[in-house]
Amino acid sequence: MNAQATTPTGNDDYILQLEGVSKFFGTVISLKDVTLRLRRGEVHCLLGDNGAGKSTLIKTLAGVHRPSEGRYLIEGEVVDFSSPREALDAGIATVFQDLALVPLMSVARNFFAGREPTRKMFGMIPVIDMNLAASTAVDKLAEMGIHVRSPHQPVGTMSGGERQCLAIARAIHFGAKVLILDEPTAALGVKQSCNVLKLVHKARERGISVIFITHNVHHAYPIGDSFTLLNRGQSMGTFAKSAISKEEVLDMMAGGTEIQSLVDELEGRQAA
Amino acid sequence: MSTTTSDMSMTLAKTAPSTVLPSSGKPAAPGDERVRRISPWRALLNRPELGSIAATILVFVFFGVFAGDSGMFNLDGIMNWSQVAAYLGIIAVGACLLMIAGEFDLSLGSMIGFAGMVLAVPSMYFGWPMWLSALFAFAACMALGWLNGYLVMRTKLPSFIVTLAFMFILRGMTIVLSTQFAGSTIISGVGDKIAQDPVTHALFQGTTFQWLFTWLAHVGVISHLPSGEPVVAGLPKVLLWWAGVACSAGFVLSKTRFGNWIFTVGGDANAAKNVGVPVRRVKISLFVLTAFCACLFAVLQVSDVGSAASDRGLQKEFEAIIAAVIGGALLTGGYGSVLGACFGALIFGIVQIGISYTNVNSDWYRVVLGAMLLLAVLFNHYIRSRATTGK
Repeated sequence: MNAQATTPTGNDDYILQLEGVSKFFGTVISLKDVTLRLRRGEVHCLLGDNGAGKSTLIKTLAGVHRPSEGRYLIEGEVVDFSSPREALDAGIATVFQDLALVPLMSVARNFFAGREPTRKMFGMIPVIDMNLAASTAVDKLAEMGIHVRSPHQPVGTMSGGERQCLAIARAIHFGAKVLILDEPTAALGVKQSCNVLKLVHKARERGISVIFITHNVHHAYPIGDSFTLLNRGQSMGTFAKSAISKEEVLDMMAGGTEIQSLVDELEGRQAA
Repeated sequence: MSTTTSDMSMTLAKTAPSTVLPSSGKPAAPGDERVRRISPWRALLNRPELGSIAATILVFVFFGVFAGDSGMFNLDGIMNWSQVAAYLGIIAVGACLLMIAGEFDLSLGSMIGFAGMVLAVPSMYFGWPMWLSALFAFAACMALGWLNGYLVMRTKLPSFIVTLAFMFILRGMTIVLSTQFAGSTIISGVGDKIAQDPVTHALFQGTTFQWLFTWLAHVGVISHLPSGEPVVAGLPKVLLWWAGVACSAGFVLSKTRFGNWIFTVGGDANAAKNVGVPVRRVKISLFVLTAFCACLFAVLQVSDVGSAASDRGLQKEFEAIIAAVIGGALLTGGYGSVLGACFGALIFGIVQIGISYTNVNSDWYRVVLGAMLLLAVLFNHYIRSRATTGK
């Protein structure tokens, strides 16, 4: 059923684990006994259709929600985050879909928002080190293969893909050990999605573990090392890439069979 | 769909070798073919204060043509309108920072009247020394500013509603205080008390740099009265206060971490929270700053006029917001400039005083300002859409 069964080698080097986590909101069961284990340096795709519980799971990982039942472990230690800030301090960086970027502010100001580098003016007044902020932002983005026109251009002038990359690069720069990406390719075109996937690949090469949340198998399958499928708040299991084909993943997500039957129906109608 | 995927895996495979070398990234700016040169002129166009600078020049030209020989641009004329601008400028700076952080304070005008009363009543009726009354007025106003901010943040109601309530509460309190103690809507004789108190007199009352003006009159740079005294005794202190408040606020906004936080909370409060900016603290401290500016306005005005009255500061909240908007601040927050707000206030001063130097009926003053506000908003909207789409 889960990862140990399919890959006998790595069974103890987990950087992040959810063990039998449930989350209830009043009478609603959002997550039921979900187990998710993230190996160090892997890209772990979390797949599920709308309403599968992806958002609740992300928010639990990010420290927004506390699990109602079950345990949350980081590097083998049980943790209990009461705010996203605490998760961030523990190296768990979540890039939500809204990206936490301010369109009217410049790239450099956005990159360092809340964590501005300072220097002392006249040896006493603390001011933002704007040159350092600008050059660091440009360098870090360039390392990730993104070339901004100017660190002083407003983020509003960047494309959706560039913004996604900026948010990811920022999380990596500020020492993320685990990067949680919430539907990073959802609103993007083919080429821009591709850029984001490249960035995920680069993050993995730097030894960062990634949880990649999506409902798009075509984006998840090429980049993922293992896959966890969610359906109606429950985990349908974790699979290594070698153990499952893309078609099987698609089938296991609610959409697979339904789309096939739709295709059959449409073709049948055309024939008739 | 499947072709998309294979394209993607191929691209990933292709990029894999290059990522082994960490230095494979091209040098950022110079080699990028996507960088378009922006002329200094276009860069200037993207500044928030541009509209207000252009409008200021326009207003100067207008009055230069229609009132150039009327004495408006003589030294005493300049002192006249620059003081009006300075008073408004002080509160416009506070309102501007608060607007950039995405909030309003409609109680600003009422706060001016209230602060005047809080300054006058203890000193006139309780026998407090003037400096203590002034200190008390600042403390009371800033506490009320804090309360404004706290209620807005706590209830998550729009600041428009919360501060509208305080606009009425404070105006009412001002009238109550005034009639309770003085039996009328005005408390007079405060100016004399201030003149007797060395601290408040030195800080808020009258003019400074008299020696400079005397010397300038002596050498003939500025004109002097028949008695030999300069036509303007000195630099009004309100101008220095304006300069001080504006410079500090401008410095904080553009150079410090706190300034970056102001832009962030105004641009997107949720994003600000997610990156760890203390949204509540930033906004509340700006409400406190606005209240401080209102109190400073009141203390300077009472020192100058000599009395506290319950109708002081009427509609000043709107004038401050208009000055900030003419200066490029967006009503939705996240964008604006202190320099712009100061130019907005300057325009106010010139138009309000200047119109009486021309042959134009001064009743047109409000029409001009309203039209200017409308133009400024349209212009800002245009500039912002340019800035965010990069055209």
